[in-house]
Amino acid sequence: MKKIEAFIRHEAFEPIRAELLDKGFPSLSILEAKGSGRQKGIVERYRGSTLTVNVRPKLKLEVVVEDKDKGLVVETILKHARTGEVGDGKIFVIPVEEAIRIRTGEDGEPVLQAHSEEEIPTG
Amino acid sequence: MKKRLLIAGPVAAIASLALPGAAFGATPILDTPDASINAMWVIVAGCLVMFMQAGFLLLEVGFSRAKNAGAGVAKILVNFSIASLCYWAVGFALAFGGLGEIAGTHGFFLDVGSSIEQAGKSIPFVETYSISPAAFMFFQFVFCAVSLAIVWGATLERIKFSAYVIYAILFSAVIYPILSHWIFGGGWLQVNIGMQDFAGSTVVHLIGATGALAALLLLGPRVGKYGPDGKPRAIPGHSMPLVGLGVLILWLGWFGFNPGSTLGAIGGRFAEVVVVTNLAAAAGVVAAVSIMYLKTRTIDIGMAGNGAIAGLVAITAPSGYVEYWAAPIIGAVAGGIVVYGVLAIEKLIDDPVGALSAHGLAGIWGTLSCGIFTSPRLAELNAVGDPGLWYSGSFSQLWAQALGVAVAFGCVFTVSYAIFFLIKKTIGLRVSAEEEDAGLDISEHGMYGYPEQFIPQPEYSTGLQLGGAPVPSGATATAAAVSPMSTTDSK
Repeated sequence: MKKIEAFIRHEAFEPIRAELLDKGFPSLSILEAKGSGRQKGIVERYRGSTLTVNVRPKLKLEVVVEDKDKGLVVETILKHARTGEVGDGKIFVIPVEEAIRIRTGEDGEPVLQAHSEEEIPTG
Repeated sequence: MKKRLLIAGPVAAIASLALPGAAFGATPILDTPDASINAMWVIVAGCLVMFMQAGFLLLEVGFSRAKNAGAGVAKILVNFSIASLCYWAVGFALAFGGLGEIAGTHGFFLDVGSSIEQAGKSIPFVETYSISPAAFMFFQFVFCAVSLAIVWGATLERIKFSAYVIYAILFSAVIYPILSHWIFGGGWLQVNIGMQDFAGSTVVHLIGATGALAALLLLGPRVGKYGPDGKPRAIPGHSMPLVGLGVLILWLGWFGFNPGSTLGAIGGRFAEVVVVTNLAAAAGVVAAVSIMYLKTRTIDIGMAGNGAIAGLVAITAPSGYVEYWAAPIIGAVAGGIVVYGVLAIEKLIDDPVGALSAHGLAGIWGTLSCGIFTSPRLAELNAVGDPGLWYSGSFSQLWAQALGVAVAFGCVFTVSYAIFFLIKKTIGLRVSAEEEDAGLDISEHGMYGYPEQFIPQPEYSTGLQLGGAPVPSGATATAAAVSPMSTTDSK
């Protein structure tokens, strides 16, 4: 099992979510993150005083999938999150030891994503 | 003929309001239609000025960070209430209870009788202006409350609540009443020096800002205001829409503040004062925004608000003394003063709302501007001082104004500094660093102004049936995650 953590632009999330759902990966989380990289901060002006905000708002996308699905998810993220400009973000892939579904208590790879086509909600 | 009927109708209607008392055998409080109309206008104007408390509240809350948003509510309510009681009990008598040079001595607890003739023995102005003593007291009280509110705007986000209570009592019972007696109530600055201050650029605004300066010098800046290099950093307030609403409510309130200071509606002078007031405020905004744009190439939201307040503060003293053409000049200069004032003061003193510039510097300018622009006809109408430099070519009125400003600043600063010094040495003026960091809402008031920001909320569980319902795993997580971010292209 692998956990894919991607720091992406806000506007990249919706196309990634739609395509992952399409391909059978409805389970994911996002967190609002602030971070810095090669992209410069934002200068705010406030009644004559300036304030440089050195961290930019990004989204952190987290998806846990079976090892075999890792490439597919990474490609989907790359496809939609890349603009070619500084600030597109980074993807990290991390090994996961265990996965347990709280509702049923079952564990292992079957709990990661939806089992079958009919369980995947449209939208 | 028709016109006369139109006027007679409302006059009769208002007069009849005063009469039912007679039907029950009591003496009518106001026995002429003029006195009733004056009372009506002054109470309406006083209510507009009272509403300025809401303006100060929103302005200050908007300029605070979210962790200090609730503190402003308690502050305004408690200060207004303390001032209500103290001014009625003591302050009004010191301010208007007689024509002594230093202070009045009659009318404590407004115990002066209800009729104008009776009350006039204790409160001479009631007779001069033919106005109900209750209306006059209420109108003067709301001015005191405005002045007190100005003191606290600059002390946001770090002052102890207990400091408010002590200073508010002394300010509304003694400091403000004595100074307002000198300049409004027939005291030495008004009568002997001929200082002109129609509605209080000095009495209300400069005095409030002077109290704020004394507090700020002892209070120090907010943590994080100045970087290691000593340069000021912006600490942006959490809501510019609240600031904007606050400024507009203050602007509205000013149509009671200045025009109400005619203390009567007969003759219609108050309508001219409305126009003068509005022109100055507008010029203040245009000037402040333009100068900031030239300096920084941005349309500064906070400074637009400060420009409006500065224009209004500056026109407060001259509003009853100048012609229309002078108002935009006075307002525009004030707009310029507030920009350079905020930028200069920011380097040394942390004033989160810009009160020292918008109320202090603009108040000084407004008071001095009487000495330049006061027109001969209006100096005569108000029977205070002489025409300004523009008309008379004489500096005498300008000197009178400058002396008044210096005396008011000097006295209020000395007394206020002493009070805040004693507060600092005894109970302390400032919250601890930890309390400041956590925010005054939780540390002083035990709750958050915006609880949802700090306390997790349960999700709304429509469609999520707990206990083995056929809900596809992962579906709820996706649906919940999408809503705040989703763009319109979702399928």
